[in-house]
Amino acid sequence: MSGFDKVVTSYEEAMAGLEDNMTVIAGGFGLCGIPEGLIAQIQKMGTKGLTVASNNCGVDDFGLGLLLPNRQIKKIIASYVGENAEFERQMMAGELEVQLTPQGTLAEQMRAGGAGIPAFFTATGVGTPVAEGKEERNINGRDYILEESLTGDFAIVKAWKADRYGNLVFRHTARNFNPMAATAGKITVVEVEEIVEPGELDPNEIHTPGIYVNRLIKGNFEKRIEQRTVRSA
Amino acid sequence: MALTREQLAKRVAQELQDGYYVNLGIGIPTLVANYVPEGMEVMLQSENGLLGMGQFPTEDEIDADLINAGKQTVTMAKGASLFDSATSFAMIRGGHVDLTVLGAFEVDVNGNIASYMIPGKLIKGMGGAMDLVAGADNIIVTMTHASKHGVSKLLSNCSLPLTGRGCIKKVLTDLAYIEIKEGKFHLLERAPGVSVQQIIELTAGELVVPENVPEMNI
Repeated sequence: MSGFDKVVTSYEEAMAGLEDNMTVIAGGFGLCGIPEGLIAQIQKMGTKGLTVASNNCGVDDFGLGLLLPNRQIKKIIASYVGENAEFERQMMAGELEVQLTPQGTLAEQMRAGGAGIPAFFTATGVGTPVAEGKEERNINGRDYILEESLTGDFAIVKAWKADRYGNLVFRHTARNFNPMAATAGKITVVEVEEIVEPGELDPNEIHTPGIYVNRLIKGNFEKRIEQRTVRSA
Repeated sequence: MALTREQLAKRVAQELQDGYYVNLGIGIPTLVANYVPEGMEVMLQSENGLLGMGQFPTEDEIDADLINAGKQTVTMAKGASLFDSATSFAMIRGGHVDLTVLGAFEVDVNGNIASYMIPGKLIKGMGGAMDLVAGADNIIVTMTHASKHGVSKLLSNCSLPLTGRGCIKKVLTDLAYIEIKEGKFHLLERAPGVSVQQIIELTAGELVVPENVPEMNI
């Protein structure tokens, strides 16, 4: 790496510095737009005690679910966590702490965290279990709760294309939480399908500027589909 | 006769208006997309970052990068746009979606809704439901009026942990179309062949019944 060149050539280098008990913010919605190779690398490293913020926690043998068999995740912050037998077992056994967070609040927590905003008021969750222990305030006649933002020691992100400077373009609904996650990591690592030279991406069409990106690696993606629904041609 | 899932979807579809941006929850709400009236333009919002959701893809069109909030493969309609999750929930929380349709376990006379959590059973999470009910002004809840054992789901007070407080004004069940206002349920319509008496018996919360309760036109 030199200057603005963010490209690394090995997964070891991509995740170097990840240690036990760190917080990791992960992009992805279900299995769509997840940094497959970075998750596999965390599994390989065996890092434990992680707090992971991600909309979901993968399935038994794919995505963040890969970090469950060896008990690498201590706490998960997510909006929806079905579809995963080992997850359910650890949650029911009290081995895994689960902090359920409304999806829009989770997205905003990452966005705010990356934008230097420590907390925000939202009507989402007022009067529900989500509001327990949180400051409540009435603003112009409506009740809101105070939600603290999220940042991570690491953010792991999946993008479609990048230039070597870390400017990112996402594809279709694989964008989801990835742009916010990218802003919220002290070290943001991005796994992409294609890396091009600076100047090759149209600056008008860059979704995430390279300033947020620390390391960039080209991956090979399986892109597993969770619910394959088709109509007849 | 109680409405079928398809009839519920058809009745909800009558509430659509030309030019509406609509978010449909998983289950019966999803079926509403099949009954958009001829000549009407409606754009479907999927909270994982797609406005202008199209139909399911053919085998050839399947794209792992293009799914809906239920994680099903979908396509994009003409004029669709793509965005991140924060932008998606800014639309929802900011009140920009014209109509939200979602399911529930219970609703009560104060417009409270419980839809994500049954204590003691596995809790999978609220997904985007709390943001949707807090952000939308125009929400239709679709649900069965009572459990299989005849226990009402329209209550004086929700017994389950809430998804949202005081945010529901319209409920369409398999028996009735009901409005919630001033701390009471108000019977607007009944399903074809369902008597007012049946609805009264299966509604636990206070129900205001006008002299004339029209049958739904489905």
